[in-house]
Amino acid sequence: MQRSDYFIRKIGFAIATLVVVIIFNFFLFRILPGDPVKLIIHSPRMTREAQERIRETFGLDRPVWLDVESLKDGDFRGAFDTQFTAYVGNLFRGDLGVSFATRTDVAELLRERLWRTVVLILLGETLAIVLGIGLGLLAAWRRGSKLDTGILLWGLFTWAMPTFFFGIILIMLARGFLPVGGMATPGLRPADGWIFWKDVGKHLILPTLTLTLLYMSEYMLIMRSSVVEVLSEDYVLTAKAKGLSTFEIFRRHVLKNSMLPMVTIIALTLGYTVGGTIQVETVFSWPGLGRLMFEAVQKRDYPVLQGTFLILAVSVILANLLADLLYTFLDPRVQPD
Amino acid sequence: MDQLRKTWQVLRRNPMAIVGIVMLLFVLIMAIFAPLLAPYDPEEHIDVAISDILAPPDAEHLLGRDDAGKDVLSSLIYGARVSLMVGFVSSFFSMFIGTTVGLVAGYYGGRVSNVLMRITDFLMVIPDLPLMLVIISVWGRGIWKIILVISILYWTYTARLVRSQVLSIKERQYVLRARALGANNFRIITRHILPQVLPLIIAQGVLDISSSIIAESTLSFLGLGDPTLISWGMMLNFAFERAVSRMAWWFLLPPGFAIVWVSLAIILIGNAFEEIVNPRLKTHHLFNPRKMVSLLMGKPFLVETETSPEVE
Repeated sequence: MQRSDYFIRKIGFAIATLVVVIIFNFFLFRILPGDPVKLIIHSPRMTREAQERIRETFGLDRPVWLDVESLKDGDFRGAFDTQFTAYVGNLFRGDLGVSFATRTDVAELLRERLWRTVVLILLGETLAIVLGIGLGLLAAWRRGSKLDTGILLWGLFTWAMPTFFFGIILIMLARGFLPVGGMATPGLRPADGWIFWKDVGKHLILPTLTLTLLYMSEYMLIMRSSVVEVLSEDYVLTAKAKGLSTFEIFRRHVLKNSMLPMVTIIALTLGYTVGGTIQVETVFSWPGLGRLMFEAVQKRDYPVLQGTFLILAVSVILANLLADLLYTFLDPRVQPD
Repeated sequence: MDQLRKTWQVLRRNPMAIVGIVMLLFVLIMAIFAPLLAPYDPEEHIDVAISDILAPPDAEHLLGRDDAGKDVLSSLIYGARVSLMVGFVSSFFSMFIGTTVGLVAGYYGGRVSNVLMRITDFLMVIPDLPLMLVIISVWGRGIWKIILVISILYWTYTARLVRSQVLSIKERQYVLRARALGANNFRIITRHILPQVLPLIIAQGVLDISSSIIAESTLSFLGLGDPTLISWGMMLNFAFERAVSRMAWWFLLPPGFAIVWVSLAIILIGNAFEEIVNPRLKTHHLFNPRKMVSLLMGKPFLVETETSPEVE
C-alpha cells in the first residue's frame, strides 16, 4: 500500500470518528426521558403559548432526525429541517448552546477554560515524558540495580493508584507549604503582573506534580524495555565492535530507535491523561475544562457537558491522527498494512 | 481443563502471584463476611453528638468516625462488597464481549472483521472517563448502569488481543484437519481455538478487574456513584468534601489505600499470568513495547506459543 493511501485511510478514520462523536453527542442528550422544555420552565403559571414559544426558540417543535411526512410529499428541504441539522449547523458556526446553570454561552465558557487545561496537560505531560525517558534509559542501562528495582516498583504502585487519590495524598502532604486549590489567591488579578503569574505558578505545582509522577511511570517502563530490546540488536554489537564509546552508542543508535514506541504510547495514553486531568482539576479546583465538566455533572448542566465532551473527544482524536502520521515519518520501516 | 491446571501450577510457583492471591483473598473474605466482621452496621440509625463527627480513632472505633458520626472501619468493610462486585462483574462482561468480538473478527476475517475492528478502534480513541461521565449523568446513577458502561468501554484490548491470536491459530495444522474432518465453524471456534486463547483472555480479564474497580471509584468520587451503596469511591467523595480541611486522615486514607491494595493484588496476579502466556517475559518488565506496538498496528505478535500444547 502506498504511503499516501495510508494517510488517506488514517484521515478518513479520524473524520468518521468525529462524525460518530457528533451524532452520538446529539442523540445521547435527546434520549433524555421527559420534555427538555421542562428543564427550562420553572413556573406552572407559564401559559401554553409561552411554552410553545420556548419550544420554537430552541427548535424543539421540529422533528428530531428526519421529517418523514415532508419526505413523502417530496419536500426535501423541509424533510431535513430538523433538530439534528440545526444542531450540526450551529456546531459549524461555533454555537454550542447556552448553559442551563449560568445562562452563559457554552462556546465562550469553553474558550475561557481551554487554555488552562492545555497549560496543565502540556506541563504535566512534558515533564512526564522527559522524566520517563530519562529514568527509563537509566534503568535499562543499569539493569538489575537498586534504581532499576525502584523504578519498577514505582510503576507497579502508580498502576494501582487512582489519580484523584494521589492528588488527595499530595494535598495532605503539602498543606501549609503550597496552595492546594484554585488558580490564584483570591484578590490577585492578571493586572498585578509578575506577582499574579508567580502565584499562578505556585498553584500549578501540585496538579502538575500529580500528573507527572503518575503518568511518567508508564513512559519509564516502556522506555526501559524498549532500550533493553534495542541493546540486544546486532547493530549495537557492530557499533561496539567499531569501538564506539557507550555514550556514543546510546546517542547514535539506541536513543533514536528506542524512542519509536514512545510516540505511539504517548498518543495511546492521551485519552487516559485527559481523564486524569478531569480528576486532578476536580481535586485541586483548577478552573479548566475538567473542573467545568465536574461542575456540569453536579448541576446537570447538559449543554456544558455536551460541549466539554465534544471538545475533549475532538482533541484526543486529532492528537491520535497526528501521532499516526508522525510515526510513519519517524520510522521509514513501518510498512502500512 | 488441562490448561487451567497447568496455569495454576505455574501460578503457584510464582511468589509475587502468591502474595497477590493472599492479598485478594483477604479482601474477598472481608467482603463475604462483612456482617460478621464489621463492628457496626452502617445502615443502622444512630444518634450523633457534635463531638462524634469526624472523631479520631479510639478503642471503640478503630478507624475513627466519618462526617455523619458513623464507624469508618465498618463502612470500609462493607465497601469491599461493592468495589469487588463491580470489578468482577464488569471484567467478566468485558471479557465476554471482547472474546466474542475477537474470535469472530479473527476467525471470519473480511468485512465482518473490518467492521468490528473499526468499532474497536473507535472506542479506543474516545477518552474513557469523559464518555462515562456523560453517559452516566444522562442515564442516571446506579450500580448496574456503572457496570454496564465500564463493560462496554473496556473490552477493546481483549478483542484485539484475541483477534491477533486467532489469526495465527486458525492456520495451524490441527484446525485445518478438524475442518477437513467436517467440524463446523462453531465447533472449531469453541473446541479448538478458544482453549488456546483462554489463558491470554484470563490474564487480560484479571487486569481488567483492577481497572474496573478504579473506574467505579473514580465515577463515585466525581459524584456519579450509586447513591444507595457505600463504595470506597463514595467514601472518598464524602471524605474529600468534608475531611480534608480537618485533616481527618482516618476517613480519607483507608478507602483510598483499600483501592490501591486490591488493584496491587490483581496486578501481581495478572503479571504472573502474563508470564505464563508469554514465557519470554522472564525478565521483570511490566510491559513489552513490541507487543504493545504490534498490537496497535493490528499485527499478531505471539508467533511463538511455547506454552500452548499443539493438540489437546
